[in-house]
Amino acid sequence: MSVLKTNHLTKKYGDFKALDAVNIEVKKGEVYGFIGPNGAGKSTAIRVLLGILKATEGSAEIFGQDAWRDAVEIHKRIAYVPGDVNLWPNLTGGEVIDLFMKLRGNKQSNYREELMKRFDLDPTKKCRTYSKGNRQKVALIAAFASDADLYILDEPTSGLDPLMERVFQECVLEVKEKGKSVLLSSHILSEVEKLCDRIGIIRQGKIIETGTLQELRHLTRTNLLVETRNTIAGLHHLKGVHEHEAEGNTLRFQVDTEELEHVIAHIAQYGVIKLESAPPTLEDLFMRHYEGMEDSSERGGVS
Amino acid sequence: MLRKSLAQTKVLTFFVIRRDRIRIPIWIISIVAFTLLVVLSFTSLYGTEQERLSMAETMLNPAMTAMVGIGYGLDNYTIGAMMAHQMLLLSSVTVGIMSILLIARHTRGDEEEGRIELIRSLPSGRLSTLLASVIVLFGVNVLLAMLLAVGLFASGVDSIDLEGSLLYGAVMGATGIFFTAVTALFAQLSESSRGTVGLSMIVLGIAYLVRAIGDVSNETLSWFSPFGWVTRTETYVTNIWWPLLLLLMVSIVLFAVAFYLSSIRDLQAGFLPSKPGRKHASPFLQGPVGLVVRLQRTAIISWAIGMFVLGASYGSVLGDLDSFFEEIDMMEELLQPISGVSLTEQFITMLMSVIAMIATIPPLMILFRLKGEEIKNRMDSFLSQSISRYQLAGSYFLVSLVVGFFMLSFAALGMGSVGTTVMNNEITLLTFYQAAIVYLPAMWCMIGLAVLFVGFKPSWSVLTWLYLGFSFIAVYLGGLFQFPEWVLNLSPYAHIPKLPVEDMSFIHVIILIVLALLVAAAGFVGYRRRDITG
Repeated sequence: MSVLKTNHLTKKYGDFKALDAVNIEVKKGEVYGFIGPNGAGKSTAIRVLLGILKATEGSAEIFGQDAWRDAVEIHKRIAYVPGDVNLWPNLTGGEVIDLFMKLRGNKQSNYREELMKRFDLDPTKKCRTYSKGNRQKVALIAAFASDADLYILDEPTSGLDPLMERVFQECVLEVKEKGKSVLLSSHILSEVEKLCDRIGIIRQGKIIETGTLQELRHLTRTNLLVETRNTIAGLHHLKGVHEHEAEGNTLRFQVDTEELEHVIAHIAQYGVIKLESAPPTLEDLFMRHYEGMEDSSERGGVS
Repeated sequence: MLRKSLAQTKVLTFFVIRRDRIRIPIWIISIVAFTLLVVLSFTSLYGTEQERLSMAETMLNPAMTAMVGIGYGLDNYTIGAMMAHQMLLLSSVTVGIMSILLIARHTRGDEEEGRIELIRSLPSGRLSTLLASVIVLFGVNVLLAMLLAVGLFASGVDSIDLEGSLLYGAVMGATGIFFTAVTALFAQLSESSRGTVGLSMIVLGIAYLVRAIGDVSNETLSWFSPFGWVTRTETYVTNIWWPLLLLLMVSIVLFAVAFYLSSIRDLQAGFLPSKPGRKHASPFLQGPVGLVVRLQRTAIISWAIGMFVLGASYGSVLGDLDSFFEEIDMMEELLQPISGVSLTEQFITMLMSVIAMIATIPPLMILFRLKGEEIKNRMDSFLSQSISRYQLAGSYFLVSLVVGFFMLSFAALGMGSVGTTVMNNEITLLTFYQAAIVYLPAMWCMIGLAVLFVGFKPSWSVLTWLYLGFSFIAVYLGGLFQFPEWVLNLSPYAHIPKLPVEDMSFIHVIILIVLALLVAAAGFVGYRRRDITG
């Protein structure tokens, strides 16, 4: 069952297309990673989903309702954390959290206290004295303390220290266990990799790849380090081998995951002493995709 | 050690000047120009001794004493004496405010923003930023004093002599330096720039009030206020200099304390305990309306007090207006005499339209916060809650209407309560109140227009202010400039029946209300439909 679904969502500013036919689908109980570089359109998409911006074309539905028309109804079941939290300087953190919870119609005061303890936030300070990380915590506590069905988090960990990032990740996994859905926009790839079931990569307003991490493996390479008894010959002529570096009989290279079978078979002939392999990271995937884009644009083609 | 603490002061001093190279000249030029304009208008309006003496008589009520201070030389009310009596105190308050705002910016303001941290990380001294700001403010006040003295003396009025002009300038300079010192001290004590400015303004306000109470009731009390000392210079009458020495000596002590505290404290720390805020939102802060009121609480209260004082000060001059007006030709242009109506009543209707326009400023400011919050990117975390656009804009609209009503009421009550006292109840308080409150529909038109701009084209909001400014000129000075009728009628304020001189006209009022509602409704629809930028 899909909780959030966009269909050819397009947002134009004059001739500039901030979003170009974007299709996203988040299912119930799923954490969807929405990744892309700065300015790719992540925040624009999220604000259309929140009914703050009006889509030029296409549709955006949350809980089967229209994101623009039924914004208020939808927002009763949504919790949102912006990437750049701007708060009212003369209210305290505690007041803002209460205000947001009341506006959403929630009352879960025990959990609020627990979250404040976990995130280590002093709610009696005025927002003007908070650092960026602390402002972020205020928004996160207000979001997780509410009993929402969909959490929309726009680069929520910017400014948080690694300890707090872990608390954040625990919170996301907790809501996931309760069967809630999360749309997590990020450019911190390790975070997305840890938390997300499915991901969509956006670039220049277009979704360029989407699927589970598993499905996107065709874009990835495995890093291999091999030491053999005999010097390996002709490895770089093999299909799918990249960036190979030799140091005596030790080789370090990357293999396209699809070609792994042939490459291993080739190496095996030379007497393997040592074999280390590192799994493909999302970072590789990301870089790999962009390399592909650049290569093709150099050739003047369109991928 | 001291040398090290003050390293790079010179560079920083030029840096402060560089940052304020527009702000400082604007302050100085406006104050000097305004003072000289007053001298010019006094010489043209009160050319003869008789005119001046009758003016002196109208000044002889306690309300005026409380406002501008005790008058000296009222029996020989020369232009100079008049100038010092009516202008010196209020000008020195202005100079005080200028000094507070300028120095707070460069001391605690910069510190709070973390800019002083950057400067300290460079090879500059611990006290250099404070000293540089103090030097600049000292220079600003000395320059202001000299320009005022030269300007006043150059005006060529007989009674404005050299010594008096020097003293007048020196009073301004010394008051400025005094409040620089006060603010420099609070910049060490308070942790925020708001606190620094706020506390300094409170000191200024209390000093003014203590003097007002003292001047009216007990002169000893006035000696506890620096503004009391300032008026005791009897400028242009006997020219007493020593109160200024008192002012400077106290300033030096305050500076010394400020520098000492600055040298022993940590960067970004203060001495006043910052009290912990609320852990929970109060029951009042329940929704958008509560938030709007809460965020503007201080502004609303300050405006309310301001409106009451404004009304009261207008009311205080109503005493013997009729005799006063007959002598001024220009007034007849402003107010053409109507048979059967006293000039005072006519004057009240004019004051009411002015008050109504001033009372429109706070509700407009509140409504435009809807746009301000959007610019500061606080709206999207708010709109992501289950709040509809109508609810959100409606909350601002509602608070704006209610505040407008209270502002007008306070001003009317202030004017009425003082007015009835000085006029021995010739006109009742109710009449005052009715004359003011009938302007509400015109105010609603302005608020409606503001909603329209916020709804469709927030960047054009400034047009609302221009329209209000136009209304002010049209209604206030329309007669003087002899504007054609149709130009005057462009302002909503022109269509309000002028109670108590004219009869109540419900048709005009109802048309204005309907107009206001239509325009506001269109604005709401626009706000519902447009993109919110942040």
